[in-house]
Amino acid sequence: MSESSHFITMKGTNNGIVVYLDDQCSFNSLLKELEEKLQINQASGKTEITLHSQNRYLNEDQRHAIENTIDQYSELTVKSIDSYVITRDEAYDIYENTTVKTVMKTIRSGQIHEVKGDALVIGDVNPGGTVIATGNIFVLGKLRGIAHAGFDGDEGCVVAASYMHPNQIRIASKISRAPDYDVEGSPREFAFVNQSTEQIELEQLQHIQKIRPKLLDVFERGL
Amino acid sequence: MGESIVITSGKGGVGKTTTTANIGTALALLGQKVCLIDTDIGLRNLDVVLGLENRIIFNLIDVIEGRCKLQSALVKDKRFDCLHLLPAAQTSDKNEVTPKAISKLVDELKPDYDYILIDCPAGIEQGYKNAVAGADKAIVISTPEKSSVRDADRIIGLLEQEGLEFAPYLVINRIRKHMMDSGDMLTVDEIVSTLSIELLGIILDDEDVIRASHHGEPVAFQPNTKASISYRNIARRILGESVPLMSFDNDEGIMTKVKKLLGMK
Ligand SMILES: Nc1ncnc2c1ncn2[C@@H]1O[C@H](COP(=O)(O)OP(=O)(O)OP(=O)(O)O)[C@@H](O)[C@H]1O
Ligand SMILES: [Mg+2]
Repeated sequence: MSESSHFITMKGTNNGIVVYLDDQCSFNSLLKELEEKLQINQASGKTEITLHSQNRYLNEDQRHAIENTIDQYSELTVKSIDSYVITRDEAYDIYENTTVKTVMKTIRSGQIHEVKGDALVIGDVNPGGTVIATGNIFVLGKLRGIAHAGFDGDEGCVVAASYMHPNQIRIASKISRAPDYDVEGSPREFAFVNQSTEQIELEQLQHIQKIRPKLLDVFERGL
Repeated sequence: MGESIVITSGKGGVGKTTTTANIGTALALLGQKVCLIDTDIGLRNLDVVLGLENRIIFNLIDVIEGRCKLQSALVKDKRFDCLHLLPAAQTSDKNEVTPKAISKLVDELKPDYDYILIDCPAGIEQGYKNAVAGADKAIVISTPEKSSVRDADRIIGLLEQEGLEFAPYLVINRIRKHMMDSGDMLTVDEIVSTLSIELLGIILDDEDVIRASHHGEPVAFQPNTKASISYRNIARRILGESVPLMSFDNDEGIMTKVKKLLGMK
């Protein structure tokens, strides 16, 4: 079995232990060597490792097979599986979810404007109108309808508007609605989920950097 | 070649028919050749407001289904030779009409008129689609009530999808000055800012309007009531004149003002 021993190499890095998986051999031999190595070493203690499949694309089943093997023969936990490659679909998805989609119009009552990624609306969102985005929502105008940011579940997203007077704001699965009494809107505000109260809160726009410093780091999202 | 304008609102009962009759009358007063089409099949009203009910022989459905010629279905107004009405059918249902049929009909009328005004039924279904099909331009009617503005907004959205050459125009009807002042109704500015389309005119909530319709004689025909001036101003704006909005700051008619100036009571 010595000829297969270089299918798997280990490296200590700043981010802990990274286990590189050879990308030329067949997946079965890779899995087999992994199993043997784990059996021999019997690494004790709960260590976290990162796997790196290099230029091999691992599909869902293969990932599970690797994780199961590690689970079965060791106490190691897999923090994540990295790779140099992704499928075109995944790449397209990431692209879609990390770009800003701009429209220049009034979103009127009954209209639903839905985008992947961030939505930038140059115009008003009227009462009864809806904007939905998987990312953030920015309204360069009056937001008086419904805005749903982080539609796929990202609570880190925000809704910002030049004038904030919404029917409803939703971020991921959180909902906040306007009170039942008449309220005035306010200029330049944004809405976000406060992690400690687990509720949507409004804050003046100048505080957005403090509250969401990584807002524009789009690769924090969608990956 | 005439221009066709649909008068629509989404919400029912906000004054589409009244406005169609009055703008039509005001345009006729200004010497324009005008044809009014009632597309509210099954609920025809425009003939009543114009006092022409008794003169109807054929209707729009008769024309579309080829039972009569277009010319013989047109009813001439009692007051103006240049104002004609194509009445709706009272008995048929609106699903017998298609957008194509209406737009063909409007095209047929265009060479003979300066303006063709299409009175649209309430709602956003078949009837609305029929009415809009033949239109070059649109006038959206809203009252200063929130629900009416919502529906107007919805209609404007739909009209934008129709791809009309011109953005719709807005007429705000049934304004009650004191309720706007006390914050119990939306103000003109709020409505215009929400709908963000060009304001063509504003009409007071006025008993004169109801009275005139009751007698089958549109108020626009009267010489100098506030309502008739408002409608005539709208007609002038349609013709391209720039006419400032009338101020509602006092409720006095012109005569009262003149009398005051002269020290009379
Ligand atoms: N400016 C006004 N002041 C007072 N009453 C008005 C005014 N405009 C319309 N009305 C009244 O409101 C009622 C509804 O008007 P109208 O029939 O023109 O509305 P509509 O939008 O055509 O209705 P529908 O949707 O049923 O076709 C009528 O009784 C009319 O007399
Ligand atoms: Mg009507």
